Amino acid sequence: METFLTILLDGLQFSSYLFIVSAGLTIIFGVMKILNVCHGSFYAWGAYTSAFFIGKFSEMGMPDGWGFLVILASAIVVGLVLGFLIEQVILKHMYHRDEVLIVLATFGLFLVLEDVILIAFGTDPYFAYQPMALLDSVEMGGIVRDVYGLTLIGVAAMVAIGCWFLLNKTKWGTILKAVIFDREMGIAMGINVPLVYTLTFIGGAILGGLGGAYIAPTISVAPGLGTEVIVLSFAVVVVGGMGSIMGAAIGSLIIGLLRALAVHELPQVELFVVFAVMAVVLVFRPEGLFAPAKPRKI
Amino acid sequence: MKQSKPILEVRDLLKTFGAVVAAKDINVDVNRGEIVGIIGANGAGKTCFVNMVTGYLKPTSGSIVFDGIELVGKGPREVTHAGISRSFQVSQVFHTMTVAENLTIALAIATNRGVRALSEMETPELTLQRDAVLKRYQLENYKDMTVNVLSQGVRKLLDIAMAVVSEPRILLLDEPTSGISVEEKFDFMDVVMGALKEDNVTVLFVEHDMEIVERYVSRVLAFYQGEIIADMSPKKALADSKVQEFVIGKRH
Amino acid sequence: MLRDNTSKVVFIGGILIIAFGFFAPNWIVNQLMFGFSRALAILGLLVLWRTGLVSFGHAFYFGLGAYTVAILDIQLGVTDVFLRLFGGACLAGVAGFFVGFIMRNYRDIFFAMLNTAISMVLYGIIVKTESLGSTDGFAISLPTIFGVAPETKYPLFVVITVIAMVSALLVNFYLKTTVGRLTTPIRDNEIRVEYLGFSVAHAIHLKYTMSAILAGGAGALMAMSLGQVDPDSMINWTVSGELVFITILSGPGNVIAPFIGSLVFEVLRTYAFELAPHLWQLIVGGTFLTIIFFLPGGIWSLIVKFGRNKS
Repeated sequence: METFLTILLDGLQFSSYLFIVSAGLTIIFGVMKILNVCHGSFYAWGAYTSAFFIGKFSEMGMPDGWGFLVILASAIVVGLVLGFLIEQVILKHMYHRDEVLIVLATFGLFLVLEDVILIAFGTDPYFAYQPMALLDSVEMGGIVRDVYGLTLIGVAAMVAIGCWFLLNKTKWGTILKAVIFDREMGIAMGINVPLVYTLTFIGGAILGGLGGAYIAPTISVAPGLGTEVIVLSFAVVVVGGMGSIMGAAIGSLIIGLLRALAVHELPQVELFVVFAVMAVVLVFRPEGLFAPAKPRKI
Repeated sequence: MKQSKPILEVRDLLKTFGAVVAAKDINVDVNRGEIVGIIGANGAGKTCFVNMVTGYLKPTSGSIVFDGIELVGKGPREVTHAGISRSFQVSQVFHTMTVAENLTIALAIATNRGVRALSEMETPELTLQRDAVLKRYQLENYKDMTVNVLSQGVRKLLDIAMAVVSEPRILLLDEPTSGISVEEKFDFMDVVMGALKEDNVTVLFVEHDMEIVERYVSRVLAFYQGEIIADMSPKKALADSKVQEFVIGKRH
Repeated sequence: MLRDNTSKVVFIGGILIIAFGFFAPNWIVNQLMFGFSRALAILGLLVLWRTGLVSFGHAFYFGLGAYTVAILDIQLGVTDVFLRLFGGACLAGVAGFFVGFIMRNYRDIFFAMLNTAISMVLYGIIVKTESLGSTDGFAISLPTIFGVAPETKYPLFVVITVIAMVSALLVNFYLKTTVGRLTTPIRDNEIRVEYLGFSVAHAIHLKYTMSAILAGGAGALMAMSLGQVDPDSMINWTVSGELVFITILSGPGNVIAPFIGSLVFEVLRTYAFELAPHLWQLIVGGTFLTIIFFLPGGIWSLIVKFGRNKS
């Protein structure tokens, strides 16, 4: 029973941060039709920034609760700054070009940003455990869990609800859905598509950054963070369907739970399992489970 | 005149997309050498019909027999090999290549079948053939220009020329003059139809411009909501009350 | 087959390089070997790139080629360079042929990612399997040529250069055939190609299998040049990324381009690691962006421009 609960909670936590990151990735893809490889950088930058400042604040003697503020602020700043810069300086000039070329450009950006992290933060790992230590742990069902990890699930749920609300209950959501479905029609209807693109990219970047910022206290923030998460969130987005938040949620759950199961029961298949699932989905249902419909070609 | 078998026999064609009926009860016989005009409002089922005859869409039920061969179940490639070609409403050409290169590819695919596809493509014979096509369709001036700088009219000419190089016995043209200015439409069609008449190709073309229809076809098929509501000579069709109500838009 | 300018340059250039290698110092010969080995894989990716397809997982075939050499060497004691090369290229080719049945129905991002997925499945398998070397890999004995164990690396260098020349000539010829010409047309308008009567799926399948054979051969040659194999330098997605990088850097214009691009990459890599090891990714990423923005035709387009300005 304990093992089951452990695997379940590990899986849910894992799915949670994957979802937060993948939601950003899938929205960017849905609206802008760009598979943003440098999404991993938003995650890494979010993690490094929050870890760095949590450490700094702690040194300055600030109460540990400030850590949460740092996390939120890191996500927003990283998303705003990086998202805005990248979209305006690079992406904006590439919208008319080949889809694959844009992906390659984001790949190039990812590589650049990874090294900039090394330059900015050095190669030693950061440990910003303070917020996690603050929340202590709780006993449930015979096992002991960190409360912090459980709050991650809560944050993911809030992001999910927030996205759902935005897309279905606000004017902005309708505009987004219109652009997702048919960009040219959106322009024809007077939607300021360039603005939508910029805001979407920044929003997605903030989500990516949030995933990294929130997970930072639970891990050792070291080089190579970004790489891991890109591959996993790609798998999520492929399984769930690109452009679908619901898909990102279900995909995250599947990948997250599968990975938790693998880590506990069969560690040697851990890596294998994620890619195998991705390959299987690509072969049998390439649009993913929840992709939006496609119009006639000729 | 000897009663010969129709070159194309369409029987009870039906196409549904879920609850939407795109085509219903389509029954048509087309004879060799006929020039048939297909008219109808947007969404009436004309392009759907063309897509089914050329293998792009599979009918829900019914049959399409071309010179004795059943076409239903065959894809566009096999239909082309059987002898039916088509041109497109929005010209489908290779936009980063030149006009000459587009035609060369079309010719090469048509002539270098099977193992020959592994032999060198640009032979002197192929080049000669290509130049002949350029001349026929009055595309010589655009020979070395990249397609994406050319006007719609030239692109459509190219689109049709590419469809014709495989020497099809039936050619389907999907709105050949759409996107071409009113002044140029007749010149355009004169070039196309002149070239086609030379080879005694059976032609079906979808068209919205009634003047074009009157001038070039010997028979009209009128579509409305997925069904054929008239099948007669152009003069009679244009005077028919149903055609006037549902296609042209005049009312008595 | 030797009629056009490209073929002439390949032939003459190859002979000159073989001669040059006789006098050149070891480190240059090594760079040339690594560069030419990798260039073989790029040749295949060039054909796919022209067709509008980018694979982010060709390290799968590269790795299969490399590991075949390792297994042939260690398990079966095969030392002959041609047998090893043939083994690697064939295994990769067969794998590519079968994977090709699925791959030929995918495009764009899906094509790229499915290739990544299968390459990472192989990576995962090798990393977790002791008998396949796990993360350490294997050392490979020097190859013999026609039964003779050479004293220097020069004979292997000659073999690699000759294989490179032959491959370039073959691919160049392929690109002049009807099916070989169906690269840009497929990229521009697949539907039209089908309507003209050619099976796009068959064309892509052929190109994909060719690219697998070439990548497998490349991996085999690389393994023999390096003297070792391990998953992180042969199969990881970063290797796939490097192959894509070199393809874009070289440009799709001509079969000679991959060789130039690969050599530039070799030099860049060696010096970047010596001078600024933390900046390698930045350099690659920055170069990627520069090429995409300012020189989409790659280095080759620069050479063509330079040639035109001179005449």
